[in-house]
Amino acid sequence: MERPDGRTPNQLRPLSSLRSVLHRAHGSATWSQGDTKVIAAVYGPKGGTKKNENPQKASIEVIWKPKTGQIGKQEKEYEMILKRTLESICIRTIHPNTTTSVIVQVVHDDGALLPCAINAACAAFVDAGIPLKHLAVAICCSVSESGYIILDPTKHEEEKMKAFAYLVYPNAVVSVLPEKSLQVGDEPMANGLITSVTQGSMSVDDYLHCLERGRATTAKLSEFLRKNIEPKSTSELSKAG
Amino acid sequence: MGLPNASDDLSSEMEVDAFRRLFPLRFFERHLAESIRPDGRPLGKARDTSVFLGAVASANGSALAKIGSTTMLTAIKMEVMTPSLESPDEGCIAIDFHMPPICSPIVRPGRPAEAAPVISKQLFDTISSSGLVNLKELSLVNGKAAWMAYLDVYCLDADGALFDAALLSAVSALSHLQIPAVAINDDGKIVLMSEEDGQKQAQEQVNKEKRKLTLKSIPFSLTCILHKNYILADPTAEEESIMETLVTIVLDSSGQLISLYKPGGSVLAHTSALQDCVALTRQRVKELKSILDEQNSVMEIEQD
Repeated sequence: MERPDGRTPNQLRPLSSLRSVLHRAHGSATWSQGDTKVIAAVYGPKGGTKKNENPQKASIEVIWKPKTGQIGKQEKEYEMILKRTLESICIRTIHPNTTTSVIVQVVHDDGALLPCAINAACAAFVDAGIPLKHLAVAICCSVSESGYIILDPTKHEEEKMKAFAYLVYPNAVVSVLPEKSLQVGDEPMANGLITSVTQGSMSVDDYLHCLERGRATTAKLSEFLRKNIEPKSTSELSKAG
Repeated sequence: MGLPNASDDLSSEMEVDAFRRLFPLRFFERHLAESIRPDGRPLGKARDTSVFLGAVASANGSALAKIGSTTMLTAIKMEVMTPSLESPDEGCIAIDFHMPPICSPIVRPGRPAEAAPVISKQLFDTISSSGLVNLKELSLVNGKAAWMAYLDVYCLDADGALFDAALLSAVSALSHLQIPAVAINDDGKIVLMSEEDGQKQAQEQVNKEKRKLTLKSIPFSLTCILHKNYILADPTAEEESIMETLVTIVLDSSGQLISLYKPGGSVLAHTSALQDCVALTRQRVKELKSILDEQNSVMEIEQD
């Protein structure tokens, strides 16, 4: 199947990301995949948690700002998914009874918005120095009528597809710990799935294919995310030194 | 009594209820190790489920669904509207999920529950992705009039697996829905037809008889908790608050995957665990389908 922009089915759109773009925020980042672009800002940890939150753990609050208009059910759902996803990658016992706010501003939506926002929020968390267990990388897989899978669709492609899945994986951890400790049962940790959201109907096999394809591509994404983090931190170190 | 050591973690010296409150996770894990849950269920078994159709007499379609003590009431109200320009031959469904303060101690009056808009969005996505209702069937006069179905789900008792119960009651209400008979009067307006004047306006009838929607493959869902290597089907509110990783799978009766929803959670889902969850959901879909079919056939017998 031909894609309008000439990409191969597994090819992602060009990625770009900047850190510390906002002056007042404790951490911020932009993340863009092709024309989809999101800015995320992190404030916190601030003292105290909201009602109904466990004060023995750090809590996370997500505020989603759409490009135009008021927030609706869709944005509320995104907020909840983003919140749960970020909570699962944070080490929440380090700053108990605090709240960290994440503000996600959509700059432009050209498909795969939620994965882009998750990647942006994750980069902003790193920028703010929030302790994390590992990073999360998100990807959108979509399935066509004929069972053909393409990754990172644009808005135009999304409309033509019968179903899509937003998948979030942990990135491959570079660690001094022995290999064994990063395994859950027989499988390496990076094979696990943090978040999955699907829309449209597909067969279970199609979904499992999506899982595999997504997993293979996240290696590229997580390498990009890591590269993007590294140069800045070394330059900071050299300044400090 | 000696000091407790690591092997008998106070549990032998404490009342069961106190242990349950103080060390909820350990309390559950002790049960899980024995492949049983505190309420006596095996890990993969859902709670008793019942559906009662026609619970609200004034609505066009309604159903009360119970999964264990989680209770959901759905009512559908039909209204005539002008269809949008983009789809002149289609009706519309508006789905809303309500969590009044009566349902749970965490919902307070005046402040809507955080989960409510998320569940109503999920319900809408599931029902539209599954293609359950053919919106063209809700059309009356092309471009002029179509049905708007207001589907409201009320949560009366929130004891875990809210989405499962909400979806069950929503699809049950849709299967119970009877579209009222209407006619066009002389001014070109749509009026409801009562039994008596059905004869008079025979030539202008749009929708001759009360009719039911033809529902394509009905979606059913199952929520599972992933905890370590255990998979617990159909969690209660207590289990949901202790073990946080939830996976909700929706399959339709033909076995297509409508949604696989896992919003974060500390446990990573591996393919094998997901396949186990799908297998549990397949079984559950069969159970729920037979419960709903049975209720529908009871209704038909009553009407005949």
